[in-house]
Amino acid sequence: MVSSMARLAPLVTTSEWMRALPFATRLILQGDAAARTAAAAVWGVSFSQIACRALSQGSRATLWLGPEEYLLLDMSDESASVATLEHAIGNIPHALVDISHRQIAIEISGPFAERILNGGCPLDLDLSAFPIGMCTRTVLAKAEIVLWRNRADAFHVEVWRSFTGYVAGLLREIAREYYPV
Amino acid sequence: MLIIDCPYCGRRPEIEFTHGGEAHLVRPPQPAELSDQDWAAFLYMRSNTKGIYAERWRHARGCGQFFNALRDTTTDHFLSTYKSGTPRPVVNTTPSEEGHS
Amino acid sequence: MSFRVSKGGHIDRSRSLKFTFDGKTYAGFVGDTLASALLANGVHLVARSFKYHRPRGILAAGSEEPNALITVYRDAARYTPNLRATQVELYHGLQAKSQNRWPSLRTDFGRINDQLSAFFPAGFYYKTFMWPRKAWKAVYEPIIRRAAGLGVAPTQADPDRYAQRYAHCDVLVVGSGPAGIAAAMSAASTGARVILCDENSQFGGGLLSEADHSATRIDGLMIRHWIAQAIQKLKENSRVTLLTRTTAFGYFPHNFVALSERVTDHLENPDLHLVRERLWQIRATSVILATGAIERPLVFPGNDRPGVMLAGAASTYLNRYGVKTGSRAVVVTSGDAAYTTALDLHAAGVVIDAIADLRTAPVGAWVEAAQSAGIKIIAGATVLDTQGNVRVRRIDLGQVVSGTVVKLQPINCDLVLMSGGYTPSVHLFSQSRGKVEWSDTVKSFVPGRSAECERSVGACRGIYDLSEVLTDGAATGLALASKTPISVQSASFTVKAMPIDTNPYVGALPQPDSQSSSKAFVDWQHDVTTRDLALATREGFRSIEHVKRYTTTGMATDQGKTSNLNALAIVAQTLGVPIPQVGLTTFRMPYTPTTFGAFAGISRGDLFDPVRTTATHEWAQARGAVFENVALWKRARYFPRANEDMHAAVARECLAVRHSCGIFDATTLGKIEIVGPDAAEFLNRMYVNSWSNLNVGRSRYGILLREDGFINDDGVIARLAADRFHVTTTTGGAARVLGTMEDYRQTEWPDLKVWLTSTTEHWAVIAVQGPRSRDVLQPLTDIDMSASAMPHMSVALGAICGVPTRLFRVSFTGEMGFEVNVPADYGRAIWEAIFAAGQFHGITEYGTEAMHVLRAEKGYIIIGQDTDGTVTPDDAGLTWAIGKNKLDFVGKRSLERASMKTATRKQLVGLRTPNGEVLEEGAQVTLRTGQKPPMALVGHVTSSYFSAVLGYPIALALIGGGRARLGQTLYVPMPNGDIKVEVTAPVFYDTPGARING
Ligand SMILES: [Zn+2]
Repeated sequence: MVSSMARLAPLVTTSEWMRALPFATRLILQGDAAARTAAAAVWGVSFSQIACRALSQGSRATLWLGPEEYLLLDMSDESASVATLEHAIGNIPHALVDISHRQIAIEISGPFAERILNGGCPLDLDLSAFPIGMCTRTVLAKAEIVLWRNRADAFHVEVWRSFTGYVAGLLREIAREYYPV
Repeated sequence: MLIIDCPYCGRRPEIEFTHGGEAHLVRPPQPAELSDQDWAAFLYMRSNTKGIYAERWRHARGCGQFFNALRDTTTDHFLSTYKSGTPRPVVNTTPSEEGHS
Repeated sequence: MSFRVSKGGHIDRSRSLKFTFDGKTYAGFVGDTLASALLANGVHLVARSFKYHRPRGILAAGSEEPNALITVYRDAARYTPNLRATQVELYHGLQAKSQNRWPSLRTDFGRINDQLSAFFPAGFYYKTFMWPRKAWKAVYEPIIRRAAGLGVAPTQADPDRYAQRYAHCDVLVVGSGPAGIAAAMSAASTGARVILCDENSQFGGGLLSEADHSATRIDGLMIRHWIAQAIQKLKENSRVTLLTRTTAFGYFPHNFVALSERVTDHLENPDLHLVRERLWQIRATSVILATGAIERPLVFPGNDRPGVMLAGAASTYLNRYGVKTGSRAVVVTSGDAAYTTALDLHAAGVVIDAIADLRTAPVGAWVEAAQSAGIKIIAGATVLDTQGNVRVRRIDLGQVVSGTVVKLQPINCDLVLMSGGYTPSVHLFSQSRGKVEWSDTVKSFVPGRSAECERSVGACRGIYDLSEVLTDGAATGLALASKTPISVQSASFTVKAMPIDTNPYVGALPQPDSQSSSKAFVDWQHDVTTRDLALATREGFRSIEHVKRYTTTGMATDQGKTSNLNALAIVAQTLGVPIPQVGLTTFRMPYTPTTFGAFAGISRGDLFDPVRTTATHEWAQARGAVFENVALWKRARYFPRANEDMHAAVARECLAVRHSCGIFDATTLGKIEIVGPDAAEFLNRMYVNSWSNLNVGRSRYGILLREDGFINDDGVIARLAADRFHVTTTTGGAARVLGTMEDYRQTEWPDLKVWLTSTTEHWAVIAVQGPRSRDVLQPLTDIDMSASAMPHMSVALGAICGVPTRLFRVSFTGEMGFEVNVPADYGRAIWEAIFAAGQFHGITEYGTEAMHVLRAEKGYIIIGQDTDGTVTPDDAGLTWAIGKNKLDFVGKRSLERASMKTATRKQLVGLRTPNGEVLEEGAQVTLRTGQKPPMALVGHVTSSYFSAVLGYPIALALIGGGRARLGQTLYVPMPNGDIKVEVTAPVFYDTPGARING
């Protein structure tokens, strides 16, 4: 069903080092390996067995969030079908839940990306400790985020929608040192 | 801020975790069969150890998992972390030469 | 008169600066501190002491300074009190002010305290202000606070910005003297990530105080060249972070170290994008403490006059800043260290009248050097007194001759330099919970067993010989940086320097039987004297922790950096026990005072806490909504129209819902999707209700208890499929309930095939409530909303305005009602579409206040308002919700306890006021009127509103045995008299409940 209703995500002002990523499909898949194997066949991306790692292929990705919990991302549009996945997984015990609108994504990039994020995130973001492909839930000051490094100098950050203003505001304030306004 | 070795994610800062009280307390499968006293003991009585204490943590802002840890409450040093449902490991109870590392 | 020497040091004589101190303008140079610039201008009097208002000068040259606390003023909002002048870097236009004096530093009326000092002994406060008790708050405390003084904090908001940064490294090196630099160099040579921090503006630590003409060489280089070369090499290493002006002030478990970096305080006009300070929170695999040692003052009568100074400080002022601290000096010392000072000052043209050496027979290269420079040396010396008001002008020396102290001829001088050896800075080591041990050779406590992966190097562990210090630093840096032993040899250094016998001294200097009446200060900052310590021990205090609190020694902002060891020794001597037996007080963070701004960092103003808003927030703002905080959310409380107050707006909103239709944003309710073949079983175990028999497409009001039987949360739970439930929670309980559920799922019942996902933020929830709600919504959706297809407590999936929806028929108002769940990005558009469609029906936006009134009219509880963690389902009148045949659920066993069933428990009832008062929420309820406190209370009011639809006030209350009191008259005592209340059932409106099923 195509709606004429306006889709409105919380606003993030794009700048040299921060940009809002487009609408995405987000699904949480929980269950055991059999469910993931079945899902991978139609999602087109397999699931990392290593903790805190994302795998991606084109616009799609799977992010390890917990030993039984994965975030399925499709950054292209809303075409990805929950029904297709449900059909593929069938009777294998699992939970698949659409959370596309639960969170928004921003990208933090550039030479100061690590330092800006470390203004509120307590993890070691050095490339040796947080390599490309690493992803994890963590904190940014008083907000919870999912942090995924997809390039050496770029992080994909998932934020619960009502925390967008806080997170973007916080990062902008931190970044003033590196990008004077 | 402590560093806690999540059995799933590895060493992470305490701020990502929530404390879950004493470990290895099992909810009685049939509480109705317990006396008031036994039920009260399950609800409220804790060992509150000075020394090595088995406690639960949840990596709430990480993998979301509950797990157990042995922590020396006199030094805050962790001797072990292990997955929920696995037995309490036997550890060398003499403190290490210079704390955690 | 200028005391500046013509060349040498680390100042830039080509760049002169102007600054003011107490309004008078002075000149200094780039590279000066406020202290060095004042001394260069001959200013020694910079402060009045804390208690006695005695004139005080500059004692030290670093962060240990106890006297020279000043206020640096930029503007009315930007001034900082209690800064140590020795650490304040000079900039052009700097304005500094002295503190704790009135009307001026030279003429201070508080000085009377000194003459009255006989009345201010140790424990004075405890003894004097005990009676009458009431006077403490009203009289004594305000006076004491005004008279005992530190600077005054600004009252305006701080306009500066502060940052925080988390950082990680393999090796954190604290302190950049020779030990720290050597450690950082060798750690960095392994490729390790290294952070080197120093509280000073330059790296080098004590080496910066070395004279330019010094013969000391490291690897053949002059000291300043060796420092420059080492720092340059570290700078070129991308794995090394160098931080000056950065104090490591706190050492927390697991090698978590807090640093405060002062970014702009030294700048005349800081760039606006810069933060004033940055708090670094460092996680280091290993920590190397190279925090050095502090020169120990000598305790003798009159040792606090301006012009009495640590010898090492005089060396620093001369060699680093090019400042002579006086014209005629007497040096009092226990070892060789002060001989270097004497010789340097002598070379700079200061007259050294004598070196008063505490040793009975001083010998060695330094003694010979002094003698050949023509300086008189007095052996076995002691100090009996000094004279001078705002500057020392005479010293009365004595000599210990076969056990007795004899007086020597007084010497006129304007500078007394003292040196009792060094006290290793074990502050951070102690904070790390490492165990200190007493060293008789160092006459101090030194680091013993470490509690963390940490090592102390160099002077902070009592090693003072430059060559040994360098080797110690280098070897430790290498050892801690390499996780596995490697074959690289740690660097070796060739050092050319004269050996120094530090011969530390601890305690008070020997005095004759008839002592001077002058005070001998132990703790300069808190005005604690030898007499205070003696009095405390005479009065029975034995533990140093008690002596410390009684006399306040070591409790000032400097934490006794210069005083602790002498205090310990004096107490030990008085008690006749060895020093280690007296013990050492615990050092606590911060090492030096740290601004609140650094701790607050970015968490202030709009960024203090996340402000969570829903999809309709901007719409509500545009409609003039008044918001309230609910957990971290902003929720519209009411929507006042022209001239309406809250009462009028809420009444209008409530009536609209009762008579036509209201629209309300319920997005903030927590939502959890519970999915899996065992989902129903999981809910059976968690909630009091039965879930197996709930049909797909239907919902039920669920109650969640804690294991102790008290209500934890509530919400509507809908079954969307055999294995899928949509659970709602309270707004504030969302995260807590999910956490509790995860706990049981993961740890008690890991065998259940069920998973939980938070969907709180995925859905925007638009409540449409009232008799016209169906008429408003039906045209917008493909779902059949007829009463037969969608009865109360049903749920349907479909579309609204083309957007997928989960449509709930549910009511928290007692009216027919629906809750439209749509994906949150569509929330605003669907809200506006419903609002437009509802205009014909008189749809009215309402806020949380009307929601509260409407539900109270129906007796629906709000968790946390009508419950408080001691309320059972039965107390709340909700026994009907408990599944009849369930053997177990969380909290069930606790409900079986006898005390959970007594008839006298507080039960939820309604209250009405025959005289029309609106009760205060939280007000207590009594059985009888006219009582005086204390009186027996029977319950309390939990909710209270004026009901517009009923035309009178209503209240909910928890009343002991309440349900048996229906119809009784009770009383609510208030300041203006008791309010009579009548106990009623908690449902005030539409008792049969017919309206909900329309
Ligand atoms: Zn984890």
